[in-house]
Parts: sequence; structure tokens; C-alpha cells
Amino acid sequence: MNDDHAISVSQLTKRFGSFTAVDAITFNVKRGEIFGFLGANGAGKTTAMRMLCGLSFPTSGQATIAGFDLYRDAEKIKKNIGYMSQKFSLYEDLTIRENIRFYGGIYGLTDKQIKSKTDFMVDHLHLENQVDNLVKSLPLGWKQKLSFSVAMLHHPKIVFLDEPTGGVDPVTRREFWTMIYEAAHEGTTVFVTTHYMDEAEYCDRVSIMVDGRVDALDTPLELKRKFNAPSMEEVFIQLARKAKRSDN
Amino acid sequence: MRALRILLEKEFKQVFRDPAILRIIFMMPIVQLLVMPLAADYEVKNIKLCVVDFDRSSYSQKLVNKITATKYFRSVDYTDSYEKALTYVEKDEADLVLQIPSSFEKQLVKEDRATVFMALNAINGVKANLGGAYLRTIIGDFNEEVRLEWLQLPRLSPQPTIQVSAINWFNPLMNYQVFMVPGILVILVTMVGAFLSALNIVKEKEIGTIEQINVTPIRKYQFILGKLIPFWVLGLIILTIGLIISWAVYGIVPAGNVFTIYIFAAVYLLAVLGMGLLVSTFANTQQQAMLLSFFLMMIFILLGGLYTSIDSMPGWAQTFTKFNPVSYFIEVMRMVVLKGSGLYDIRNHLFIVFAFAVVLNSFAVWNYRKRS
Repeated sequence: MNDDHAISVSQLTKRFGSFTAVDAITFNVKRGEIFGFLGANGAGKTTAMRMLCGLSFPTSGQATIAGFDLYRDAEKIKKNIGYMSQKFSLYEDLTIRENIRFYGGIYGLTDKQIKSKTDFMVDHLHLENQVDNLVKSLPLGWKQKLSFSVAMLHHPKIVFLDEPTGGVDPVTRREFWTMIYEAAHEGTTVFVTTHYMDEAEYCDRVSIMVDGRVDALDTPLELKRKFNAPSMEEVFIQLARKAKRSDN
Repeated sequence: MRALRILLEKEFKQVFRDPAILRIIFMMPIVQLLVMPLAADYEVKNIKLCVVDFDRSSYSQKLVNKITATKYFRSVDYTDSYEKALTYVEKDEADLVLQIPSSFEKQLVKEDRATVFMALNAINGVKANLGGAYLRTIIGDFNEEVRLEWLQLPRLSPQPTIQVSAINWFNPLMNYQVFMVPGILVILVTMVGAFLSALNIVKEKEIGTIEQINVTPIRKYQFILGKLIPFWVLGLIILTIGLIISWAVYGIVPAGNVFTIYIFAAVYLLAVLGMGLLVSTFANTQQQAMLLSFFLMMIFILLGGLYTSIDSMPGWAQTFTKFNPVSYFIEVMRMVVLKGSGLYDIRNHLFIVFAFAVVLNSFAVWNYRKRS
């Protein structure tokens, strides 16, 4: 176990009946890095991420998240991670302020901390006029930025982002990535899945999953060199073409 | 405990922000308590009677007048053709046919005995049974009157008669509503509790917020308590509305202490909510949860002793009612409202329902998985 590793995964496997969704993946994520977790639809990204967040039991294999064992200390892991799922999952019938208060409270923030966090987020995301509106009235881009901020409320050591920019316009995507950089700069390890290859270029290191296995893992620069490709898009296509299973 | 407070704050905000839930909470008790006791009435009125009178004598007239003078029977036709009467039955225009034979008066006078014939339309079993019984009673009365008329002179009756005089304990006027309304109130509290709690967690599964909850360090029991307490409060509010309606509209004031009802209801609601939460941990969509709860509710309510007496159920069904929380509450309600029973009298009911609550909620907490 290396102290520099925020996430350390060894032979992690998830089977649903005879179907192996995640097939003995092994990799490490360094503390403070932005780790791109790529793969075609149905390659097993979300399943792997759900295991790492303690939402799904692995069939076999080992993993250490933020220094805690995935089997024994799942609840301790949860104190140290943030998670933003593919599906928007703040409460639409609560206001922005109420959502922040709810998630902050659940993670054990005091009223004072919640208040200062709220003020900071309102200021940072320019939500002055919206903070007491129901979340359902927000446009998607703002919803995603808000979800990310809420996932970061308790200063987690690692934040897991599952396709955070799906369906979001390019300007908002850029702003979103600025937020990711800020988080990484403050020492949070970012574990992010995406289908946008320009975003893959922003990552420190990238892994590409094919059919439940991690087929490539390196910096974007190294990957392009190895595959003799001009862009990450080309790398991805070369790898994804080998896939035997298609969309679920 | 702070996490629980935060959870409760959120649940109450959501409940009171949902217009559908608010409507259910206030409309359901009012509609059910105003409409159901009037409609779901055991007393059968307006039994459609067709008289086939072959006798057309003064005695047969008297008998028919006596019958149709009551509010229970409505005369459809007065005829002398049995076939015609049967067509009324076939068209469902008559429930009962009373046939008076041609020699009715003659036999009654001469031989001191006469026969009438009664045909029942048994498609509506309740109506046929009760109608038949009413008619027998009226004919019995008529019989008495005739006998009195004949036997005025002799001091001693040739046949001794036994007069039954009855007193109805706890409900002296046999007021049907006093018996039904407390039961309907139980059904109301049960349905609202079970449905709302079952749908709630499933809704979070559907919109995906449960994932976000499951990645937090929140404890399972905190989460379940956070779901349970708001609906527990709502259930008691509905009970209060119901008790007010039954007092204001039906003039029903519990003979016993109202707090006995509340103490039992508080424990009972825990059991019902536990069941709802258990359903919600099994179901993945609101549709599944709804159908499953509906299935359970149907069984619990029909075998709960509200509409049919548990004592007249077959043995296996009586055994089942021992595992039916609804039947305990209906019994307790009637005991407290009609008989004035106190906590000591309902202690066994209370313990059993408490046991249900413990088992169902433990099962719900156990079956709620943060990890799949």
C-alpha cells in the first residue's frame, strides 16, 4: 500500500450472473491527480465507479480508497469521498439553500459551516437570485455545477464524477472543468468519467476500459504516442473498436 | 442525532410542499367518513317485494298492508300470477316474492294454521337473507296479532308463547354508524400510513436521490427513522381529523378515554409504517410499491373484521386475523369507543401490535441496503 495512492485497485471484479461487467481491473490513482476513466457505453465504467463508492459489492478483488479497505471500512470511505452520479440527484422540490443545508448536515457540518459554505457557493456560482428558488427551476448546466459543489461540500479527499458534463453546453463545460481544476488544486483527487475526448486531454492520466478491462492507462501524451494517434479521440476509437460487447 | 434532525427537516418540507399529499391528508378522511358510513350500511332497506295473492281476502290484505307499511319493503306489484312475479325476479325488479295461497284465510280461521310461500332472489345474498328474515319476523308478528284476536275470550292460551325482550349493550339503539365509523377511521389511518410510507423511499429510488444518500455516511436506522417519523405524525393528524368528524357529524364521543386511542394508534402506526417501509425496500418503482401495498391492504382490510365478523370466518381465516394488525386496531377502536375500555383492557392488543412494529421495522432496516 503506497501512501501516495488515493485509490488502489487490484483485480476488482463484478459479475451479474454469467455476465462479467468489470473484469479484474487493477490500477492506482495518485493523490491529487485528475484521473480520467474512459470507456465506451457498457464497458463497465459506472459499475466500477459504484463499487469504489461503496454502492455496489465487488464479486472479488481488493481496493483501498483514501486509505480504507473497501470491504471493512465502507462507511469510513463514505466520509472521505464525494460522488456525483450520472443522474441529477439533488432534491428538485427543495431550494438550493435547502439542498446545501441537507447534504452539509448529513456530512456533519455545523450550522455555521453550512452558512459560510452557502455564502461561498452563492457567490462563486453567481446564484444570488436563485438561492431560494426550487432546484427544479434551474437550467441543466447550473444544476450540474451545483451538484459538483454539493459533492465537494465536506472537502472530500476523493471526488467521483460520473459523466458530469453530459448534455451540457461548451461554455458551461469549460466552467465546470475550471471547478475541477480548482478542486484538484486544493488537493482533492478527481476521478471522472466522460465521453468528451477534449476533456480527456485535460486529465493528468487516463484509463480506457474495453469490455470490462482496463486496456490502456497513461498520460494523454503517452497514450497518443503509444497508439501513434494525433488525438485522444483516435486513441479511443482504436481501442473501442476491439470491443466485442456493444451497448449493454 | 443531528443527522436525524436534518433528515426530518427535509422530509417535512417535502411533504408540505407536495400538494397531492396535502390533498390526500385532508380530503381522504373527510370523504371517507362522510360518504362511507352512509353507503356501507348493513341495514337493508327498499327491498322490492312482489305479492302474489291468490286469496284476496281481508286477512291477506291485512298481512300485505302490514308488510308494506314498514320502511324495509317497497311493493313492486300486487298480482295473482306467480309467473308474472317470477319475471320481475328475472328482470331484477323484485327481490322477494310472497305468495299467499287461495285458502289462506279459510285455513287460518278454520284450522288455525296457514301457509305462505316466499321466493328469494339470491343473487344479492345479503338482501335475500335479511329480507327473508324481516319478512319472517313481520309474518310472525301478524301471527301473534291474529292469535290475540281469536283468543281474546279464553284466559288461557292453548299454546304458551315466549316473548323475547332484548337490550343492546354498548350500542343501545343498534346505531349502525357508531359501529362502522370507528372501523372506517382505522382503515383510513392504515391506508394513508401504508401507502405514503411505501411510496416515499421508492420515489427516492426512482429519481435517483437514494444513490446520493447511500454514498453519505448516514446510518441505516437514521434514514429509516427519518422516513418513519413524518408519516407517524401525519397518521396521528389524520386520526385527529377523523375523530373530530365522527364527533361533529355523527355525534360519536368515545365512551373511553381518547388518549387510550392515541396511545394505541401511536404504536399501531409504527407497525403499519414498518410494513410500508418494508414494501418500499423490496419495490424498485412506485408502481410496484403501489400494487404490492394494494394487495396487502385488500387482504388486511377484508380480513380485518370491519365488514364481516371475525367470529364467523372459517378457522384458517381466524388464525390469519391474529397476524393482521388491522383487526387489532378495529377491535380496540370499538372497545374504546363503544365500551369505554381502558389501557388495561387493551394491554394484550397493545403488546401484540408493538411486537408487529418491532418485527416489521427491524426487517425494513435490515432489508434496506446501502450497497447492492
